Amino acid sequence: MINITRPIAELVADVKAGKLTAADLVQASLARIAETEDYHAVLELNPAALEQAKAVDARVKAGEDLPLAGIPFIAKDNYLTTGTHTTAASNILRPFRSPYEGPVIRRLKAAGAIMVAKANLDAFAHGGSTENSDFGPTKNPHDPTRIPGGSSGGSAAAVALGQATFAVGTDTGGSIRQPAAMCGVVGLKPTYGLVPRTGVVAMASSNDVLGPLTRSVADAGLVLDVMAGPDPTDATTIPRDKGSYAVKAGSLKGLNIGLIKEYLGQGLDPEIKAKLLATVARLKAAGAEVHEISLPATELALAAYYILVPAEVSSNLARYDGVRFGHSSPKATNLEETYRLSREEGFGPEAKRRIMIGTYVLSSGYYDAYYKRAQKVRTQLIGQFNEAFKKYDLLLGPTSPNPAFPLGSKSGDPLALYLEDVMTVAVNLVGIPAVSIPFGTASGNLPVGLQLMAPQRAERRLLEAAAAAEDLIGDWSAR
Amino acid sequence: MKPEIRDKYEVVIGIECHVQLATKSKLFCSCDNDSREAEPNTNVCEVCFGMPGTLPVLNKRAVELAMRLGKALNYEYPEKLHTKFDRKNYFYPDSPKGYQITQFDEPIVGEGFVEFPLEGRTVRIGITRAHLEGDAGKLTHPEGKDYSLVDLNRAETPLVEIVSEPDMRTPAEAKGYAQELYNLVRYAGVSQANLYYGNMRFDVNVSVRLKGAKELGTRTETKNLNSFKAIERTVEYETRRQIVLVEHGDRVRQETRGWNDAKQQTYPMRSKEDADEYRYFPEPDLPPLVIPRAMAAAQGHFDFLPADLRVLLAKVGISPRDAEVLVGEPELARVWYEAHKLEPKHARFVFTWLAGPEIKLREDHGPESQLTPRILNQVAAMAAAGQLSSTNAKELLGLLRAHAADPSKLASERGLMQESNEGELAKIVEQVMADHPQAVADYRAGNQRAFGALVGASMKATKGKGNPPLINQLLKDRLG
Repeated sequence: MINITRPIAELVADVKAGKLTAADLVQASLARIAETEDYHAVLELNPAALEQAKAVDARVKAGEDLPLAGIPFIAKDNYLTTGTHTTAASNILRPFRSPYEGPVIRRLKAAGAIMVAKANLDAFAHGGSTENSDFGPTKNPHDPTRIPGGSSGGSAAAVALGQATFAVGTDTGGSIRQPAAMCGVVGLKPTYGLVPRTGVVAMASSNDVLGPLTRSVADAGLVLDVMAGPDPTDATTIPRDKGSYAVKAGSLKGLNIGLIKEYLGQGLDPEIKAKLLATVARLKAAGAEVHEISLPATELALAAYYILVPAEVSSNLARYDGVRFGHSSPKATNLEETYRLSREEGFGPEAKRRIMIGTYVLSSGYYDAYYKRAQKVRTQLIGQFNEAFKKYDLLLGPTSPNPAFPLGSKSGDPLALYLEDVMTVAVNLVGIPAVSIPFGTASGNLPVGLQLMAPQRAERRLLEAAAAAEDLIGDWSAR
Repeated sequence: MKPEIRDKYEVVIGIECHVQLATKSKLFCSCDNDSREAEPNTNVCEVCFGMPGTLPVLNKRAVELAMRLGKALNYEYPEKLHTKFDRKNYFYPDSPKGYQITQFDEPIVGEGFVEFPLEGRTVRIGITRAHLEGDAGKLTHPEGKDYSLVDLNRAETPLVEIVSEPDMRTPAEAKGYAQELYNLVRYAGVSQANLYYGNMRFDVNVSVRLKGAKELGTRTETKNLNSFKAIERTVEYETRRQIVLVEHGDRVRQETRGWNDAKQQTYPMRSKEDADEYRYFPEPDLPPLVIPRAMAAAQGHFDFLPADLRVLLAKVGISPRDAEVLVGEPELARVWYEAHKLEPKHARFVFTWLAGPEIKLREDHGPESQLTPRILNQVAAMAAAGQLSSTNAKELLGLLRAHAADPSKLASERGLMQESNEGELAKIVEQVMADHPQAVADYRAGNQRAFGALVGASMKATKGKGNPPLINQLLKDRLG
């Protein structure tokens, strides 16, 4: 039985050494997906996966040095891919097949990775539970009655289930980190602009980031190393680090870590808090300096986020108008109806809610009171984080205030769902990298995540520390 | 309309002009900017089609051309210009993304002005701003069909929108301003400026108010005019229509209107009574630009602009009216300018040939013309020296246009050189007088027309090569 959940570095070495083939790995991946399909992590299989695996095997045989040779991965279904549908888990894009792929999918393929399937998500990445998928929710691998987190819930669950060696997702306000935490995997949200956004259905352009979900920090670094780097089709990309992101665990000794006070306050599950403080004690024992730091603007971050993001969402979703692609209402008899009915039928309640909020906050007369003030909060937030990073190498907090909640328990309460993002959104507004690593369990066997944050472009520092913390934590399911 | 009623009102006119920039590719993608020969929807890619996951990347050349236009519009670039893009949100099938990328509050061109001569005075019209934006696609509505067609070839092609102050007061000023923009855009070389293809489109805002009133009247905006005549007529029509409304105690509706060229009328298109709600916000996909003054200045080096040309033409004694003929032809103006720079003393000669009312060389002056400023100056020098008659000069230029050659050599070969040897011509003139005693007698008796006959006979005797002024002089001397 081929185990695709081993470290990427080992699998790649075996493929290169001829001990394993890409086809073996992809077959194992497809078998596992079939075996665990009840979790509904996956929306569609890549029908060409095996064929592509054979092509990778030929490249390996020809002596090509592929950093991800033969590694099966799953892409969140807001990544445009040509061999499958690309739905963003929304009805309005249900019939959509993309004529092109973005640089990240191309880079992963060029590196020898094989996309085996498309993962479920909250429609248009709107949500933190994957219940807002127009194709039905994904179940948490650790408790199928609970949510996997979101919006990259399908990606996180797929990795936790061993359906693929890694997955790629998007993070606009925590959509990689939070499901990673809830599914017990590693979720990396890179610096804004480090990974090109081209070829991914936009949610909120100034916040959207692409990143990996993996079984280890080392794997996250390896995958990021392939994903990262500027692209001429995305004007917001930044240069990558000259060094590799595939780093080894660094030393915790002397590392200055700021523990964000505001993230330990009201709303944080007491069990998560207690376990987090225990982990902090272990970090200190390993030589790290950990001090509490107050970032008062973080208390306004969620409010600012839920103004700025819907504003961009309302504009980014305007292109789904039933005219050129996607769902076009058959009932429409004129232009006005094409717009109204296609969007009415194609968008779910959450997309509509965000379009309404976004339209409202951008309207003349309200722009200054909402959008502009939220931008000021964002500026303040950036200032406070910059200040903090003058003193601290890294910042630390929980990823999510609660472990995974039961499916359906909050679906009638959008505000309660928004509150689950309270510890992740600031990172997006500031544009810094952050990683969630599993550090224990709460409410029984439910995994919870520890979030480490670094200054912009300090992914190497972040991953070195996260790998060290990972080693220190050891088997998180026993903590 | 009775003049005394018309005279009670002041007309206030502002013009917005969309200029399509002459870049190679579109504003945010690498599709060809020129779709004149292309089938509908063949000049599109995922970006200008508005596919999911696509992002705009700003065309550097478009920014450079916009800055160049800014200099031509007399915008003084600050030490550091901060300019950014914004989204203008609205639904329309010709707008593939559901928003237009434009510039809201930090345009690439700020306040400037345009000056031009009109009826003996210089008119100055303020420029409020000019900004870069992507154009929309094109809609066609097939007659009798229950659908419309969308062509996105033009979508996201680069436009600069030039917004004037409401400084114009007459149809002639509106037309003059539009013509001057047309001149400036071509002199600056930023656009193909083909009016037929809509490379420049004008939206004309007109309102009327009682003279002396402080408040502006309600304005109408007549959109998408692409001829100067239509601009003038629109202003005339709207002025009359609005005054009639006001005189009857009705109110002018704020609305967008169109121009019907066949009927020579404006017509209502859509009401603008509700303020437009475009929900502008900063375009997150395009980082803001900070442009140092030196960078803008580097784009704004002009040998000359229309204003410079007018000064030069006036200096060599060309009337303002004649000058505008050349000013309106940038290619010829450049030839004249270069010729003038090489040899100012022939400037009038060269002007006459290029733009003069009699020898309309300009109509034949294609881009393949071999008539360089140097050759024009050489021909002018020959004419000035009396070696060429004006008729022969024109013929010589005609030959030179098609083939580069040495003008004096070609003139000799073709027998176009003029006889200016006074001794030779005197002999001929005396022979003609001897052959035509009656004409000589008539002239001496006071019949002026007989002089013409003698000149004609002398010219004929020289086979057309005689220098007419010299022949005139020789005849006059001898006829007493």
